Amino acid sequence: MTKLLCIKSLAVAGLLASVAVPASAADTITAASWGGTYQEAETKAFFDPTAKELGITIKQDTTNGLDDVRLQVTGNAVKWDITELGADECARGSKEGLFEKLDYSVIDKSGINPKLVHDDWVGISYTSVVLIYRTDVFGDKGPKTWADFWDVEKFPGRRALSGSQATETLSVAALAKGIPIDKVYPVDIDGALQSVDKVKGHIDAWWTSGAQAMQLVKDGEVDMASIWNGRAGTLRKEGAPVSFSFDQGVLTADCMVIPKGSKNKDLAMKALAKFVSPDLQANLPLYVDNGPANEKAFETGKIPPERIKDINSAPDNVKKQVLQDPEFWRDTLVEATEKFNNLIQQ
Amino acid sequence: MSMQSAILPHAGARTLNADALHADARRETFGLLALLSPGLLLVFAVIIVPIGWLFWLSLFDETGSLSASNYARFFQQPSYIKTFLTTFKVAFAVTGACVVLGYPLAYMLSQLPRRAASICLILVILPFWTSVLVRTYAWLVILQRKGLINSWLIDLGVISQPLPLANNFAGVIIGMTHIMLPFLVLPLYASMKTIDIDCLRAGMNLGASPAATFRQIFFPLSLPGLASGVVIVFVLCLGFFVTPALMGGGKVIMWAMRIEQTTSLYSNWGAGAALGVVLLAVTLALLGLFQWLLGARATGVWSSR
Repeated sequence: MTKLLCIKSLAVAGLLASVAVPASAADTITAASWGGTYQEAETKAFFDPTAKELGITIKQDTTNGLDDVRLQVTGNAVKWDITELGADECARGSKEGLFEKLDYSVIDKSGINPKLVHDDWVGISYTSVVLIYRTDVFGDKGPKTWADFWDVEKFPGRRALSGSQATETLSVAALAKGIPIDKVYPVDIDGALQSVDKVKGHIDAWWTSGAQAMQLVKDGEVDMASIWNGRAGTLRKEGAPVSFSFDQGVLTADCMVIPKGSKNKDLAMKALAKFVSPDLQANLPLYVDNGPANEKAFETGKIPPERIKDINSAPDNVKKQVLQDPEFWRDTLVEATEKFNNLIQQ
Repeated sequence: MSMQSAILPHAGARTLNADALHADARRETFGLLALLSPGLLLVFAVIIVPIGWLFWLSLFDETGSLSASNYARFFQQPSYIKTFLTTFKVAFAVTGACVVLGYPLAYMLSQLPRRAASICLILVILPFWTSVLVRTYAWLVILQRKGLINSWLIDLGVISQPLPLANNFAGVIIGMTHIMLPFLVLPLYASMKTIDIDCLRAGMNLGASPAATFRQIFFPLSLPGLASGVVIVFVLCLGFFVTPALMGGGKVIMWAMRIEQTTSLYSNWGAGAALGVVLLAVTLALLGLFQWLLGARATGVWSSR
């Protein structure tokens, strides 16, 4: 009798297990980001705590950007429920109708810059483009502003700028002309191109990836460069003789979206609400140099005060920088990039 | 008459046989075609269909309507023509460098005793087993401003200022030549190995100097291998991405890099597809030209043997 009961309960357990599988599949969402150390940081800061709190599984994938989302949505094969993109990509994808509308009764948008809160996308973190120089060449008297960077007589040396991110290079070119940080946007594209034209003969490399920018500076191939703050921070941690600050930096945001046709839209919405909440946002700078998009994160007390000054989106640092306007680039990116390429590619 | 009667039945038998032979040949052709069909279907499915699709996509603009705007861009924006020309300049330079370095190497390999030749051949093939990315970064370490070559030369007092070897055109040529060299050496070596030594001996026997023997006998006989090596290297160069992207310092933009930029810049696949179609068309035209210039001569050499 007990034996029979045992078998029976085993069978029931087996049955339950087989039922439990599809049930748990419904409680699984897939989130895609850029991979590498950044996604590892996001896993610890956002994905793992959210999965635990909501009792769901968050599967991960990596993305190459808007092309991937477009391919999935137009091909009717959406495999991601949440994906990260650059803010200008979000603005462009939004225009193309590639994303689900976000429900701001679920997602609390307070604390996020209104420029990064939209019907179908929301800011998640910040990267800064900063000016880095080698201290073994310049000591501590290196170029501090983009006007210095452009001044090839006062600061002779080899230079690198981004050739792949026309938006960022045009923003710093506008700053180099002496335009104050609050007047850079909307960018006068032709004026910025003239500014690039002035310096292009002195540019020894136009980098096309963050790793390349880092390698150029690290190996002394160039003495000064524009670089993403995360890469600059890594160089400093590795002990390379470099100096950089957030003065005249260009803040570019990353955003998150729910691709149109996501099968777990409602759950993704709840997860996204967690990701942008001040509590989880405050985790991000503990693992990586990308600052949180929600400024309330700095009020949680989770981030040590000595760390706050090194975070690009800390209120004191934001004041020194230009916020790149995603909607401006949504409408001008193609034309500006073609003109920029005509100028630098020969 | 008797002769005619002797021939006629024979001729009749021939036509009779010819029919049977013809039917047999046809059957064999169909048999071979049936054997080939899986391969042909595969080629059709993985090459012809996607290329056709690529061409189809290239005809539409971002609003989805039929237009030539993707091709017009090629003429409106000067950077496209520039990168296109750069691509061919790089391809010609790398192919030239490979021929200059590869021909003597293949010749030496073909003259070495078998054992030594196979060891040297392994040295030629060895880099194949390392990723292109790793080899390109290795060249950066060697060539850049504070790299091995420049620091040695400066330490030896040969130069006072570092030579610009990386992040420019020269760097791209050096890096790509290294990667492409085996593609030239292997077919060339194979064709040199098939050259009959007796031909050379006969030439010498008839009083030709070693130089004349090489010029008049060995070199023409090695041309088919050289032609196929040149074509392989040239075509591979046209689509190269990694090495120019890393070694060119953003100043040498090749067509594949341009396709990548354009694909992510425009929200329609047609923009990138059009660039692919243009490259394919120009490459095919050039291959036709090669065939006409090199192929005819090369085939002539083969058939005269």
